[in-house]
Amino acid sequence: MSFAVGAGEILGLLGPNGAGKSTIIGMMATLVAPSSGAVRYGASTAAEAGVELRGRIGLLAHELHLYPELTARENLEFFARLHGLRPSDLVDPALAVAGLSDRADDVVSGFSRGMRQRLALERALLHGPRLILLDEPFTGLDDRAAGVVADRLRRLAADGRIVVLATHDLDLADGLVTRVGIVREGRLLTDEPGSTGLRARYRALVGH
Amino acid sequence: MFLRVALLVLKKDVAIEAKSFEIITTTLFFAASCILVFSFAFVKEGAPVQDAASGILWIAIAFSGTLALGRTFERERYGETLRALLLAPAPRPAIYVGKLLGMVFVMVTTEVLLVPMVALLFQAPLFSRPLLLVALLLAGTIGFASVGTLFAAMLVRARTRDIMLPILLYPVTVPVMIAGVQGTSALLMSTPDEALATMWIGIVTSFDVVFITFCLWLFEPLMTE
Repeated sequence: MSFAVGAGEILGLLGPNGAGKSTIIGMMATLVAPSSGAVRYGASTAAEAGVELRGRIGLLAHELHLYPELTARENLEFFARLHGLRPSDLVDPALAVAGLSDRADDVVSGFSRGMRQRLALERALLHGPRLILLDEPFTGLDDRAAGVVADRLRRLAADGRIVVLATHDLDLADGLVTRVGIVREGRLLTDEPGSTGLRARYRALVGH
Repeated sequence: MFLRVALLVLKKDVAIEAKSFEIITTTLFFAASCILVFSFAFVKEGAPVQDAASGILWIAIAFSGTLALGRTFERERYGETLRALLLAPAPRPAIYVGKLLGMVFVMVTTEVLLVPMVALLFQAPLFSRPLLLVALLLAGTIGFASVGTLFAAMLVRARTRDIMLPILLYPVTVPVMIAGVQGTSALLMSTPDEALATMWIGIVTSFDVVFITFCLWLFEPLMTE
């Protein structure tokens, strides 16, 4: 598998369960070591780029990376500090974007999946990452909330960020991704510009 | 950066525990039950079996520590938050140190209530040399928690983590436990042998240095899947 993704692009990694999408996202996030080959960020590998590289990566994984015992505000404050940022400048705007200002001081364990998903997205974007990795970002979101997230991703790409999202939701990916990589059994079957009619193209390559 | 991130992780762990007291309560109940059951077996007609107290104290510390390790990392497993910690732009061993400090905090809190209980039920003069006892407990706790934190973090995504943790942890930490028991026994003699206790504290501290050095070195490669 070999592909490159640049500023302003939204690359959709599509494929059935077990295709290897999450592993690719994990490798790009520096959490999974490739068994062979390398992931390059510009001219450097993760080892060469040093710890600062991780400060330029935002990851929204299938598990949401939130502490259910803490409130929404405490979660965001903790992750802001973890990235060496001042929470006072960032947390309230992030809560507002997530539509959770009125639930800021409620513990996350009482949130619905959709609310947690929105909070987790803001957690992933809190430090203004240049590379945004999303694994099934639309899980648990209703159509309206999924549309809001899709618009957010378009704005981030327009702002010059690199967005890579792994999903098997073809309807949501259709019209959102600017490039599409279809993955099956750890192999990249195609890497082509995003276009409408994604489902038909996917069926032709993956077969179901 | 390193210390700031380590302290931040510690503060977060303490804040979560302060909200629920789940781990400290569970650990305390388990350790207290353990000591109570042993007291029925080893105290006959008001007289404890000689030297039983030191062994029982360290068994309770080891078992309750294992329980605390499991619960602490279960919290990080639930939302895969350990992966989010590993994404921090800081040296990854700082995350290890933060988690280690959190474990030491939980174990020391448990020991604060455990030691008087052992002293009372086994009529053990544990407080005859309080500074030496504190040094021994702290060194032993750090030694146990340093290895336990590494293994618990490494096993956090393994399905067999509850089985594997004690299998990996106890053989490696047995030297610390033995030194802890010997040091405590030296303090429980009718005339406490301070020189012997100090020697055992030195041995446990040496283990701590070796364990922590290896754990700091191994943490990042073991945590990268």
